[in-house]
Amino acid sequence: MKKIITPLTDEIVRSLKAGDEVAISGVVYTARDAAHKRLCELIEQDKKLPIPLQGSVIYFVGPTPAPPGKVIGSAGPTTSSRMDNFSPILLAAGLKGMIGKGYRGDAVRESLKKYCAVHFAALGGAGALLSQYIISAEVVAYEDLGTEAIRKLELKDFPAIVAYDSFGNTVFKKVGK
Amino acid sequence: MRTIQFDKIVSEVEKLCTTAGTQLPQDVLTALQQAEKKESNASAKKILNQLIENAKLAKLQNIPICQDTGLAVVFVQLGSMVSIQPESKTIIDAVNAGVSSGYEKGYLRKSVVAQPLNNRKNTGTNTPAVIHTQIVGGDKIKITLLAKGGGCENKSQFKMFLPTDSAEKISDWIVNVVASAGADACPPFIVGVGLGGDFEQCCLLSKIALTRNLDSKNSDPFYAQMEKQLLQKINSLNIGPAGMGGDTTALGCLIETAPCHIASLPVAVNIECHAHRHAWVEI
Repeated sequence: MKKIITPLTDEIVRSLKAGDEVAISGVVYTARDAAHKRLCELIEQDKKLPIPLQGSVIYFVGPTPAPPGKVIGSAGPTTSSRMDNFSPILLAAGLKGMIGKGYRGDAVRESLKKYCAVHFAALGGAGALLSQYIISAEVVAYEDLGTEAIRKLELKDFPAIVAYDSFGNTVFKKVGK
Repeated sequence: MRTIQFDKIVSEVEKLCTTAGTQLPQDVLTALQQAEKKESNASAKKILNQLIENAKLAKLQNIPICQDTGLAVVFVQLGSMVSIQPESKTIIDAVNAGVSSGYEKGYLRKSVVAQPLNNRKNTGTNTPAVIHTQIVGGDKIKITLLAKGGGCENKSQFKMFLPTDSAEKISDWIVNVVASAGADACPPFIVGVGLGGDFEQCCLLSKIALTRNLDSKNSDPFYAQMEKQLLQKINSLNIGPAGMGGDTTALGCLIETAPCHIASLPVAVNIECHAHRHAWVEI
């Protein structure tokens, strides 16, 4: 188990190989489909983004509401491939890592190589377990999107696997389309 | 006639939602435990253990098994001798009211947008539920709820076959649908198959199949055998838990059938993830 701390640097990214088990600590930002669309529209219009992208990690998650006494509800990954059209744009703008479940397309894998970035897989359908590794959560943008709002999360030893590394390798038996 | 109060139905549906969200049904938990014992791939075994641990933690801490607490798909069997009071309310109203309050009180995620294409605004209540109502004899109401996640639903498929096509050809297509769902849809799956009926009934059959217990078999030996063979083929795909390889790609394959047109052989595959949340109640 490799311990890594965000934000990510080229050096950290290059040390990660597909199949490595990692424990991620530090700040990550949540974003799903709707937030990705808005972020990419802002980039296209050359406008300021509501979150810093340089070295950042985005977690594809829409958590359940936090019950009393908890910082967040259930919080596992959603399907990564739905973000395939957007991720190359964010990677070009400085994004260094993503956390999701399932496959990534060719364009994303090329961008991971080009911009020295990494894609992690967290265990899909294990949102109760994964919520235990989130120590704070705060909505920082797009509150109107409800569960799809962008949240700033602080992770402590969040378990994930390097699914696609910066060298073009993957942990998956099937590489996807 | 037997009178059932609207509020009684609402509170029962509410309980179904909160229970389904946080407690993995025993048949699914048992299937995960059996798969974990049999799994020969060490990392797959570890993932299955994490899924079992996740289910236990969710129940213990009363937090959802998965953050996608689903679209509420509700099957209602309404006895013809039941009268709902007050008369101004229907069974549909009761189910939607129960889903709305269950998802709110249970801190479950609201995952429904009012419009599919133009302005996808969240309804904020997880309603409307998808409700299938059937009038049956008797004076009871049976309500079955599936909390159906979006990731696996997205990978479901339908196809019209020729009436002369072989069982082998159909089985190969079903296995291919599961293979293309892969890691994206949270394996190990439960595979619901609809055979026959027409376009919409076939898809409905594939969902009804998912309401059956995993230890059940189709009552017709031909389809029971097909369920068994399909499960074997699916588990030889080496997709495995989380798509990272292993013997456990599906926990079950359940087939439901209906008569169909002489020209048709419709087949539907409804993919369900391992967080297979189903619950029922009889009022």
